[in-house]
Amino acid sequence: MDPMMPPPVRRIAVDRHPYVAPAQPAGNGHGPAAAAVATPAARLRAARAPVARVRERMRVESLWLAYGENWVVRDVSLPVRQGEVLAMIGASGSGKTTLLRSLNRLTEVTAGAARSGRITLDGQDIHELEVNELRRRVTMVFQQPNPFPMSIFDNVAYALAERPGRGGRRRRRSPAIEHAVDDALHRAGLYDEVAGDLDRSALRLSGGQQQRLCIARALAAEPEVLLLDEPCSALDPISTATIEELIVGLRESVAIVIVTHNLQQAFRVADHVAFMHLGELVEYGTSEQVFDRPATQRTRDYISGAFG
Amino acid sequence: MAVLVLIGAMLATVLVKAWPSFSHNGLSWFGPGGNVDTQLRAMAESKALPGHSLYYFRGWTLIWGTLLTTVGAVLIALVVSMLAAVFLTEFAPPAIRRVLDPVIRLLAGVPSVIYGLIGILVIAPYIDEHWISNARRVSVGYVVQLNGNDVMTATLILTLMILPIMVAITASALASVPAAWREGSLALGVNRWRTIWRVSLRTARPAIAAATVLATARALGEAVMLAMVAGGRGFAPNLLDGITALFEPVRPLAATILQNDEGLTIPALSHTIYAIAAVLLVSAGMLSFAGWFAKQRFNRYGIRA
Amino acid sequence: MAATELAPAPPAGSVIARAPRDRTASWPLIDRVGYWLCWAVGIGLCLVALAIVAFMAVKGLSYLSLGQLVHSPAPSVVQSQSGGFLDPIEGTLIVAALGTSIAAPLGVAIAVWLSEYRRPSWLARTVESAIEIVAGAPSVVLALFGLLIFAQSFLGFLSQRAATGVVNGRSFFAAGAVMALLALPLIVASTREGLAQLPDRLREASYALGRTRATTIRRILLSAVRPDIATGTALGMGRIIGDTAIIKILLGAGLTLQPVGQTPVAGLLRGTGPTLTTYIYENSPAGEGLAPQKAYAAAFVLLLIVLGLNGIVTWLTSRGGQSGGGGLNRAFRLIPFMPNPSG
Repeated sequence: MDPMMPPPVRRIAVDRHPYVAPAQPAGNGHGPAAAAVATPAARLRAARAPVARVRERMRVESLWLAYGENWVVRDVSLPVRQGEVLAMIGASGSGKTTLLRSLNRLTEVTAGAARSGRITLDGQDIHELEVNELRRRVTMVFQQPNPFPMSIFDNVAYALAERPGRGGRRRRRSPAIEHAVDDALHRAGLYDEVAGDLDRSALRLSGGQQQRLCIARALAAEPEVLLLDEPCSALDPISTATIEELIVGLRESVAIVIVTHNLQQAFRVADHVAFMHLGELVEYGTSEQVFDRPATQRTRDYISGAFG
Repeated sequence: MAVLVLIGAMLATVLVKAWPSFSHNGLSWFGPGGNVDTQLRAMAESKALPGHSLYYFRGWTLIWGTLLTTVGAVLIALVVSMLAAVFLTEFAPPAIRRVLDPVIRLLAGVPSVIYGLIGILVIAPYIDEHWISNARRVSVGYVVQLNGNDVMTATLILTLMILPIMVAITASALASVPAAWREGSLALGVNRWRTIWRVSLRTARPAIAAATVLATARALGEAVMLAMVAGGRGFAPNLLDGITALFEPVRPLAATILQNDEGLTIPALSHTIYAIAAVLLVSAGMLSFAGWFAKQRFNRYGIRA
Repeated sequence: MAATELAPAPPAGSVIARAPRDRTASWPLIDRVGYWLCWAVGIGLCLVALAIVAFMAVKGLSYLSLGQLVHSPAPSVVQSQSGGFLDPIEGTLIVAALGTSIAAPLGVAIAVWLSEYRRPSWLARTVESAIEIVAGAPSVVLALFGLLIFAQSFLGFLSQRAATGVVNGRSFFAAGAVMALLALPLIVASTREGLAQLPDRLREASYALGRTRATTIRRILLSAVRPDIATGTALGMGRIIGDTAIIKILLGAGLTLQPVGQTPVAGLLRGTGPTLTTYIYENSPAGEGLAPQKAYAAAFVLLLIVLGLNGIVTWLTSRGGQSGGGGLNRAFRLIPFMPNPSG
C-alpha cells in the first residue's frame, strides 16, 4: 500500500454473482474441471440427471465442404447421439457453423457450395431425403432470435402441416394443434410466461423469451435432432442460464448439437465435445476428456485461452 | 405559401362550379335513368329534354362503367403483380432479372396515349374479329352495336398500365423482408413457396395495400386511354348477361370529361362536367384515406410499412 | 498457428457441387402451381413489354420518314401522305420547357423549406398533404381547374379573348402552368429524398464555420443534391411529355401552332397548338382518325423521347452523389408521387 494513497472512503462488499464462474488459473495448465469441484460450473454438471439410453442418430463421415475455392470443413467424422449434447467449439472461422448448417442442408442455400463425404440420419443419406422433410426432422435455432411477425401461437404452430388459420383474434384452432403448441411451449419452458395471451405479437417478447420461442417453434414439429447455433450469444446471463437448463433437459428426447464460443457454456451443458480448428476436427471426446485431459497441444492452447 | 392557396382554391372552385348540377339533380345524380349520351347531347345543344330541366343528368351509367373497368383492372393487377414480384425477387435467374428490371421501368413510362393507340388499332380489332361471335352481336344488336371497344379491352390495357407500379412497390417490399425470417422458415422445413407466401408476402402486406391504393387512383383518373378504347357510349353492361357483358362498351367518368371538353363553354354541360370532376376528386381523396387506414391495421404485428 | 499440417484435398471424384435449385417435384400440388404461375407471369410480362416496344418500333419506322420531323402538318386530301409533325414536336418542347421551368425552382424551394425549415409545423404538414393531393388527383381534374383559373378575365393577357370578350383560357401558358403542377410533386419528392440522405454532419460543419442557414443551403446542400434535383426534373419532364388530357383540354385539338398577336415569343405562348400526344390522339380513330400511319410514326418518336428520358434518369440515379445504386428501388421510391395517368 503506497503511503501516499489516501485510505478508502468506504469498504465495498465483495459480492460473488452466482452465475459468473471466476477464471481459475489451474496449476497444471488444464481446464476448468481441474479446479476445485466446488466451482459453480462443475456443480451444475454434477447435478444433472443421468440419461437412461443413448443412441446414435446422425453420423458425419469424412465430410469436406467448400465455399468457392476454400475448403471450410476438412475430413470431419463424428456421430450425433440422442440422449446427449454435442458441443462444437473452436475459434472463428474454424468451420463449426458450416458443419452445423450442413447437418440440415442449409448450406445448399448458398450458391457455389461443394461437398464430399456423407452425412446420414438414422442410416439414410440425408442428400437422398427430401430436403424439407429432412429439415422437419433436423431443425435449427439461430444466433439472433428471429420470431416471425405473427402472434406467439402462430409462430409455434408455423411448421405444423395444417394451417392454423389466419387473421383476426378468433382463430380456427384445432385441438390437435393447440395441444402441440402447448406441449412445445412447455418443453421450451416458456408456457408459464405466455400462457395468458398466446395472441400477442411475438416481437413484443424479451430477447430471452424470443429465443425460447424459437426453440419452442423448432420443437413443435417433434424433431429428432435440434441444432443450435450460438443460441445464447445475444442474451443476458439469466436467459442464458434458463436456456442451458432447457438444453440439458431436452437432451433425453432430442439429439442436440450446439455450437458455442463460450467454453464455460460448453463445459456446463455438453456431454461430448468436438474441437475444430481451421476446418479440421482436432479432437473429439467426452467433455471430461477434452477439458481435463486434452490430447493435443492445440486443444490445450485453445482451452487455456492462448488463442480464440 | 402561394402553392397552398392555389391548391385549396382548386378544391373550392371545382366544387363550386359543380354545385348547380348537384343541386338540380339531388342525390339521384348518382342514380340510373335514361340514356346518358342523350342527356349530355341535350345539354350540349341547350335543348332540354321533354319533361326535365336542362340540368337533368343521371350519372349511374358512367359510374358503373368506371367501377367495372377500375375494379376489374385492380383485381387482376393485384394477383398478377404479386406473382410477378415474387418471380422477380425470388425465382428469377439473374439474367432474367436484369432484363425484367428495365422492362418494368419502361412499361411505367410509356404514355397512355400510346397504350390507347395500341388498344384501338390492334387489340380492339382483334377482339372484334376473333372473340365476338356473330351470335353475340345479334343477341344485343337491338340495344347496342358491338365492336372491339369494350370493357374487356379497356380492363386489359388498364391492367397493363397499373402493373408496373404495383410490381415495383411489391418487389421492393419483398426484397426488404429480413433474411433472418426467410432463413428461419427454410430451416424449419417449410418449402420456398410457402415461406414466401406465409412470411414474405405477409410482411409485405402494407406495401401491397399502398400499391393497390396508388394503382386504383391511377386507374380512376385514366382518361385518354379509356376514351380511345372503352367504347365511348354510355351503356351499362348487365353482368347477368354473362360473358357478353364484357364485350359491351362503357364510358368511364374521366373519359367522359375528356370527350366533352368542347362543351365547357355551355353552362349546363360545363356544370355537369365539373360535377363529374368533383366526384373523381372526392374518390381520389377517399382512396388516400383508405390507404392510410389499411396501413394502420397492418402495423399490429410489428410489420413496418 | 502453422497451416502446414492441414489435410490435403478430398479423394478425387467424390466432390459434388450443388447449385441451389428448387426441387419442386416434391412440393404439394398447390405450391407447384404457384411456382409455375410465377414463372409464367414473369416471362409473360417480359414478352408483352418487348412485344409492345417491338411493335411500335416496326410500325413506327415503317411509316416514319425524316421529312416528317421537319415539316408542319398540312391539310391534304390524301391524309396519309401529307405533312409532318414539326408543330407537334415544337408544341411538346414548349410545354415541357415551360412546365419544368416553373416547377423546378418552385419544387426545389418547397423541398428545401420542408426539409430544413418546417416552421410552423402545421403549415408544413398542410403543404405535404397538399402536394400529395396534387399528386393523386387525376390530370383531367387538374386541367379543368387550370381552365377555370385561366378563363378569368384578369388573366386574359395569357391567352386570347373571343370577340365577345370572354377569355378563352386556352394557351401554352395555361398548359405549361398546369403541367408544372404535374411535375411538382416529383421534383419535391426527389429533392427531399436527396436532402434527407445528406448526413447531418454536413450541415453541422457548415454552421460551425459560421455560415448562415441560407448560405449553407445555397452553396452546400443544393449542390450536393443536384443529381436528385436532376432526377426529379427528368421524371417530371417525362410525365409532362406523356400527358394528353391536360393538353387536350387546355390546348384544343388543332394541328398547327396558332400564335396570338405579333410578339414573337409571347405570341406563341399565348396561342394554342398541338403536341405529340394530341397529334397522336387526333390521328387515331378516336379523333379525326384517317391517318393511323401518322399516328404510329408520331407515337414512335414520342416513345423514343420518353425512353431517352428514362435512360437519363437511370444514368443519373446510378451515378448520383450520396445516394447512388439500387436502380429499381431508387427510382421507384418516387412512385407514390406519380400515380397519375399521363393522360
